[in-house]
Amino acid sequence: MGRRLADLFHGRPRLQVGSLLAGPLGWLVILYLGSLGVMLIAAFWSVDALSGEISHTFSTDNFQTLIDDSVYRDVAQRTVLIAALVTLTDALLAFPIAFYMAKVASPRMKGTLVVAILMPLWSFYLVKVYAWQTMLSAGGVINWALDPIGLNGPGYGSTAVWLVESYLWLPFMILPIYAGLERIPNSLISASEDLGASPLTTFRRVILPLAFPAVVAGSIFTFSLTLGDYITPSLVSPDTQFIGNVVYNNIVNNLPLASAFATVPILVMVAYLFIARRLGAFEHL
Amino acid sequence: MRLSRRSKGMLGLGVSVTLAFIYIPLVVIAIYAFNGGTTLSWPLESVTTEWFGKALDNQGARDALWTSVRVGAAATGVALLLGTLASFAVARYRFFGRETVSFLVVLPLALPGIVTGVALSNTFTQVFGVDLSLFTVVVGHATFCIVVVYNNVIARLRRVSENLEEASADLGAHTWQTFRFVTFPNMRTALVAGGLLAFALSFDEIIVTTFTIGAGEQTLPIWIFSNLFRGQQFQLTNVVAVMAVLISIIPVYLAHRLTLEEGGATAGRGARGEAEIAEVTAVP
Repeated sequence: MGRRLADLFHGRPRLQVGSLLAGPLGWLVILYLGSLGVMLIAAFWSVDALSGEISHTFSTDNFQTLIDDSVYRDVAQRTVLIAALVTLTDALLAFPIAFYMAKVASPRMKGTLVVAILMPLWSFYLVKVYAWQTMLSAGGVINWALDPIGLNGPGYGSTAVWLVESYLWLPFMILPIYAGLERIPNSLISASEDLGASPLTTFRRVILPLAFPAVVAGSIFTFSLTLGDYITPSLVSPDTQFIGNVVYNNIVNNLPLASAFATVPILVMVAYLFIARRLGAFEHL
Repeated sequence: MRLSRRSKGMLGLGVSVTLAFIYIPLVVIAIYAFNGGTTLSWPLESVTTEWFGKALDNQGARDALWTSVRVGAAATGVALLLGTLASFAVARYRFFGRETVSFLVVLPLALPGIVTGVALSNTFTQVFGVDLSLFTVVVGHATFCIVVVYNNVIARLRRVSENLEEASADLGAHTWQTFRFVTFPNMRTALVAGGLLAFALSFDEIIVTTFTIGAGEQTLPIWIFSNLFRGQQFQLTNVVAVMAVLISIIPVYLAHRLTLEEGGATAGRGARGEAEIAEVTAVP
């Protein structure tokens, strides 16, 4: 049986590729892209105000609502702003440790740090949010630690979302930057030093430009994951809405509107991926 | 790199800040698991280990854990099959639209979970007319787990020379034999590592699960989430949370060890670090 099958495929590369790709592409194109397509179509439907039934007639009313109603605009702006802030914060927090791992630490230390950063990357998302929720609560660790110096923690709200999202996605930024810095040959750095550049100049003129695509690669995840999250905002910022919350809250009662609003993060991400590719980030994914 | 004392000091400071930022919340939640008081206030009023026993006895948490394990195993199975097939096609053949495959595979993880969740849930109920169940959760999870397997296997296939396979064919082995005796043994650990990471990803997932799960079913994250909102039994939630972290760390640690060992064996020592990073971090 195996033999006969092998004979059939022998010398027929097209047949080989075709049968290799049939399963995965069938799954991803028909099921996944198909689902995204259905959602896009649903964005043009509407909900009958009287019966609450979905009416399958084409209209652009949902998008008109999203553009006209300032609430949705504010929500979208706030979400994109937080996602950008989280990305910036993570880049600043990630660079020193990634640099230390790639260029300074001993091989042994390097291995330890990689594990130390991989562990929290995979530990429960929900537990991490929960940990912050307890830490930020009125009687929590943060207020307790700040109290002696007369300060108060941020409590729940947009600042909390910024902190927690930065926390959640930080390892996604550290690892690509580390891998990107590893790729920079040490000889380039030595050459810069031998030519008399100060460490700061070497960093600014040699290391940073070469590592930038890796930073952009990491930013794809920090940005996208923040953009679509609705659980963190609902747990640490009950009174401020983000794109994810609005989509989630509308799913039961107004699926078409939820679908229309869900196209916002898709469009933002497609634009982001397009720019990231121009910056050469895809080789660092 | 030669660093002055001052830059070394600043670098050390940066590293410490980041490590503290990563680990303080995890340590805090681990301490809370021993909370003997009735509020979440800090510092703890009293310390106890009684909630560990209660968590292990809790039927809801145990059922949810078992559900998560079954869903994770099924999703991992599908992802292993589809991810391996796709990585073979891309690594070993030249064809039109080859770059698009990599993009397509990453998409379910690069787009926000809520988008994937809403889109799939919509299609299941409106287009296919199937009721949401654990089966639909498995389909959803498998969709975004494919990329983890794909990235792991393709990184390995790129490092294992095609010459080996050609040599096998020249020596008279047919396609199946070459796969069975040459290709497969070389990629076995990449499959295990990819599978473990896919399992960890599914085990931890909550957003896509929320949208695709049937009424009355609970995975572990869903159980934790619904208990968080109820507010009661928070001591129990603390303990389950810590246990969940410990459980999800095991497959990741194993995957790391595997790629470390195999990476050393198949690639040169110099390439080892980078190859290993490429495989283990091949998250999305």
